[in-house]
Parts: sequence; structure tokens; C-alpha cells
Amino acid sequence: MNMNWLLTHSPALLIAIPLLAAFLTPLIDRLSKRARNVLVLIVLITVEVVMIVLAWDVFTGNTHIYTMGASNPTATIPVQAAIPIRIVLEVDGLSAFMGLISATVSLAAGLYSLAFVRRETGQGRYYTLLLLMLVGMLGMEFTGDLFNLFVFLEILSIASAALIAYRFYRGDAVEGAFKYFVISSLGALMVLFAIGLLYGQYDLLNMAALAKVMKYTMLDKIALVLFIAAFAMKCGAIPMHMWVPDSYTVAPASITAMLVVASQVSLYALFRICFSLYGLTLDVTTVGIIIISLGLLSMFVGVTMALPQKDIKRLMSYHAISQTGYMLLGVGVGLYLIGKPEFSTYGVVAMEGGIFHIFNHALYKGLLFLTAGAIFYKVKTRNLNEMRGLAHSMKFTAIFFMIGAFAIAGIPPFNGFASKLLIYESVYCVSPILSIIAMLVSIITLASFVKVFHSAFMGPPMRNTKEGEVPKSMLIGMVILTVGIILFGLFPGWVVDHIVHPAAQALADQAAYIQAVIGG
Amino acid sequence: MIYNIPFIVVVLLIIVGLATVVFKRNLIKIVIGITIIESGVNLFLITLGYRENSVAPIYTFAPSTKMVLPVPQALTLTSIVIGVAVMALMLSFAIRIYQHYGTLDSRKIRRLRE
Amino acid sequence: MLHTPSGYWDPLLWILALIVAILIAYIIRGFGRKDYKGGEQSKPFLSGMDIPDEKELHIRAGNIYWGFMEGLEGYYDIMKKIHTGVVNDYVAWFLGVSALLFIVILIVGVT
Repeated sequence: MNMNWLLTHSPALLIAIPLLAAFLTPLIDRLSKRARNVLVLIVLITVEVVMIVLAWDVFTGNTHIYTMGASNPTATIPVQAAIPIRIVLEVDGLSAFMGLISATVSLAAGLYSLAFVRRETGQGRYYTLLLLMLVGMLGMEFTGDLFNLFVFLEILSIASAALIAYRFYRGDAVEGAFKYFVISSLGALMVLFAIGLLYGQYDLLNMAALAKVMKYTMLDKIALVLFIAAFAMKCGAIPMHMWVPDSYTVAPASITAMLVVASQVSLYALFRICFSLYGLTLDVTTVGIIIISLGLLSMFVGVTMALPQKDIKRLMSYHAISQTGYMLLGVGVGLYLIGKPEFSTYGVVAMEGGIFHIFNHALYKGLLFLTAGAIFYKVKTRNLNEMRGLAHSMKFTAIFFMIGAFAIAGIPPFNGFASKLLIYESVYCVSPILSIIAMLVSIITLASFVKVFHSAFMGPPMRNTKEGEVPKSMLIGMVILTVGIILFGLFPGWVVDHIVHPAAQALADQAAYIQAVIGG
Repeated sequence: MIYNIPFIVVVLLIIVGLATVVFKRNLIKIVIGITIIESGVNLFLITLGYRENSVAPIYTFAPSTKMVLPVPQALTLTSIVIGVAVMALMLSFAIRIYQHYGTLDSRKIRRLRE
Repeated sequence: MLHTPSGYWDPLLWILALIVAILIAYIIRGFGRKDYKGGEQSKPFLSGMDIPDEKELHIRAGNIYWGFMEGLEGYYDIMKKIHTGVVNDYVAWFLGVSALLFIVILIVGVT
């Protein structure tokens, strides 16, 4: 088993390893709890390592293609056929970028879970579903096939819904899961209907092959509307965001960190559909303005709704919505400018800012949710009114929270500042108001995290809580994300040049996406 | 015209399903609504692959060379399997919600809001 | 070093500048009077009222930014009305946005 073999087969392996391990987990759980934990950790670490190897190869310029079930995985079109028939996985810069995010946050969440769900029942199923979530995310990111996208979308939402209801002995957990599941399966059905519309016209399911023949007819427009509405809803854009605070609040904290990434995978699907599937055939001005306005609404309403919240995780969920707005804004400006002369100067930077923000957001929002979980673990409440003085006993958690809060508010030198700077300095090309609103939202974000820090960590210590810090495995989970935040904050230039730029380039360059599968 | 009837049924099914999900307050009925939409989408997929006077896409001993498209059938089969999982999970949520709240009225199941 | 359309951003340089600024502030602080400690000036002032015991003083989360909420009362009232928590309304919002997108992309967007 040499390096080349691993690289060739890594797209399939990355999906297959967690999938097989997911169904092995309940079996091993019967034998020994410790062995199960070890298995889950080994799988998560393996996925992370293979993902880094694959991503590094992709970022240096090789788009990876994997044809499922073919004797030669790089041959996408069978000998007798003219179109790709088999399921094709296509890992380009953006897919690898998103894959890195999913693998990293899953690793942190998995480590964190070891102690966090220690006292709960049904842990075997918990880890099965956690691995299935990872499978769903990686599958959606890697696939080059529309129907496959739908299947992984459903795997992701079923696993997420079951995990949101993990503490089913609490009524609100089941309520949040039900709401999430109704709205997300409705969205998935709309996606399937749109896929049917495209298939009915072109007899194709492969995205690259579809992109090549896309004509943007009336039916294509209907499909586009369904895709945008469904994926914008799944990523929590206002005004379709109501399920986000409900489900994020009640899920276990480690799962909430994964749900943040799951939402961003839907964001990825939205961008993939707009840029790679439709590309320049669509009316970029109209769709760009739609995405920009969704982004602006999400940013502003999200942050203002976060301010009065009393539930710590609900407050953070509204911030997740508001931060998603930045990504929609950045990439929306890129879509608006594509094909115009400003694209090479401002559009690319805006897209880089939006895409960089995805990674940053996954890191700091994941970290913040994990600290909220640590508080819940100690204090047994999410209500901010009932907390005070936790910094006396939870020094590390307080430090991690501060780092996360600084990063989300865009305080230099943390990573949130770098990506927000890119967004501020490029979106004013469309209208200066966009930059102004983005900065205003950033200020209100800081204000609301000052509120959380003050009410949870400052003041005299609580009398009835147990002394001491949370268990080590939870701290390690938080450390992974913190290290990511600090490294990304200190070396933004390197990250943008080597990781973000290939991702943005992959999104902007539709011809390369088509050529990788169809050739010529 | 006669070939458009399935598509009309598809649209009707989806509209009926959406109306159920929006206007019915009972959680079980909401689940039924989702299932109706799903049936509509499945019917749409299967109709896309239908060809007149054709046989099932099995090559061995096929009486004619005219066959319906196999791909939409594979898609529909997958979609039905997913649909069963979705429905089962939703119904089990509904059972749990009834245990905790003592009602299935969606207007009363809102501890999470604002 | 991160290049942006109108400049660049280097966190390491920024940290260096921060250290220099802190150093300068510390030096200026050194010019101050060393004997000035204690007395009325060093106590917290709360409109002349008695200060409650510092150990028990903590403002609860619900009271922070009260004025902001009060100022934007109209906005928050609308927002509270929208966030009903009823699952049917969530679906209705989704359908509403889809309908709006249909109008924008299919009818207005045909330029």
C-alpha cells in the first residue's frame, strides 16, 4: 500500500471508512465500551490524516476524480458510452477545503464527546450517528452526482435529527429535532424534485456533464429556485432560519458543533449549484443580488436577535446565522461580479473572504458551542441568568471562550478578523452600504459576547456548583479548535494563498470543473 | 394530453401535501403531509422514465427492445427507502413529543421560540 | 502577510506594534506620582449611594443592554411576533421565500 494508491482511492476511502466503522460501532459496543471509543477515535484520526494528505495534493493543483465501481477509477466515461454513467466523486479545491473543515471539527467533537456523553445511555448509537454525520458531510462535499448529493443530504439530516433528539428524556430536545426534521426533509424533497426536472430535460445526473449542456430554460430556472430555497433554508438564511436556534439549542454541544459544519455543507451545495452547475448561464446579477440580500438579512436580523437571548446556546445559534450571512455576502458578491471586469480585483477577494470565513466560523463557533457545553456540563443549565463567576473554577474554559469570542467579533489578531477584513475591503465595490452593515454587525456581535462573558464568567462564584475544570477529553477537543484559530489568525496570508485561494479558484472556474470529468 | 395526466397528479399531490403541512396542526397529519409530497416526487421520477408499450428494463429474454428508463426506477427505489426511514423517525419523534407534552397540537408544542 | 484590495494585513507586525504601544504606555505610567494611593478617589462611585458588598455584586444577563432593547422596542415586538415556534409557520416561511424567488428569478429576472 503505497502513497499513490492511497491518494488515488482516498475520495472513496474517506467515505467508506467512517461508513463501515459507523455500523461496526454498535457491534463493538456490545463487547467493550473502551474498545468502541478507541475505534471511533482511530477512525476520526484516520479520516483527518487522509483528508490532509488528499487536500494537500488537491491544493497543489490536482483535481481528484474517482469513478465508483470502475476498474480504472479515473476513467469517468465508460468505453461504449458518451456520458458519465457511474457515480463520480470529484474532489476539487473547494471540496477538499470543506472536507478539511468537516474532518477537523468531527475530530474535536468526537474527542469532546468521550467525556461529555459519559453519563448518558445509548452511547453506541450516539457514535454510530456521529460517524454517519461525518459520512453525510464528506459525501455531499465530494460527490459529482446530483442524485448522490440528495442521498448524502438525507443521510446527514436523518443522522442529525436523531442526534438532536439524543437527550430524548427532555421534551424540548424531541421538539427541536421534530421541527428540524420536518423542514429539512421538505427541503430535501424539493431538491429531489429539482433533480428530477433537470434529469427529465437532459437525461443526466452528473453535475459536470449537466453543466456542459445547461441551457437555462424555464424548467432550469424552476429547478434553480428550488435548489436555492432548499439549500438557503438548510444553511439557516433568514427568514427560513427558525429551525436553527431550536435545534442547535437542544442538541448535545458536541453535536451542535457538527451541526454548524452541516449547515455550511449546505452552503457549499448552494455555491456548487450556482457556480459549477449553472455557472455563467444563469442571470448572475439577479441571483447574486438574491444571495447578497439573503446574506445581509441573515447578518443583521441574526445578530439583533442574538442580543436579547437568555439561553447561552440559543444566543450562539443566532450568531451562527449572522456569521453565515457574511459567507453569503462574500460569495454572493463574487457571483454578482463574475464575468464583469471587477471580478479579478474585487470579486475574487470577496469570494476568498467568504470561503475563508467558512473555515474560521467552523473553528470558532465550534469552540464556542463546546465551551457552552462545558458550562452546561458543570452548571446543568443553559440559562445565563442563573450563572455567574464561572471563571473562578473553569479557568481554561474561560480562556477558550474569550479566544472564541474575540475571533467571532473580528478582533485582531484572531482568524475572524482576517476573513472579515477581506470581506469589508471587497464588497464595497458593489455598494459601500454592504461594508458598513458588515462592520456594524461585527460590533453588535462583540457587544453580545461581552454580555455572555460578563454574566457567565465574571462576578462572585456560584455557591452550589462543583469545583474544578471539565474533564481532560473535553479540554483536548477545545484545544484542537483553539490551536486552529490561533494558527489561522497568525498566518492568514499563508492560509489564503495555499488553502483558500485554490478553493475560491475551483468555485470560480466552471470550465475546469467540467473538464476534470468530461475532458477536453 | 393523456400523457400529461401523471404530471398533473404530481403537482396536485405536492400541493395537497404542502397544504397539509402548512395548515394541519396535528403532528401526525404533518408527517402524512410530508409523505404525500414524497409520493408526488416519486411519481414524478417514475413518470419521467415511462415509455409507451415498453417492458421492464431486464435484458434477458426481453420480448422487445423498447424498455422504460431504468435510472429513474433506481432513483425512486432509493427515495422510497429514504422516505420510510424519514417517516419512521418522524413518527417516533411524535410519540416522544406526545409523552412529554400530552398533546400533538403544533400550536402547543413551542417551548422553543423567540 | 495578507494582501487586500487596498492594503495588507500582517498579524505578526500588528502584535509587534501592540507590544511597542504597551511599552510606551507603561513608560508614561512610570511618570505618575507613586505616593497617590487610597483615599476617596480610589473608591467606586455610584451616584453617592452606598455600594453593596463587592462580593455579591453581579448584574444578571437579563438586565444587560436593557436600554438597547427598550430603544428598539418596535423592532423586537415584530421579531417576537414572527418567531412563533409553530412548525407550520416555519414551513410557511420556506414556501413564502420560494414563491418570492420564483417571482424574482422567473419573471423579473428575464432581462
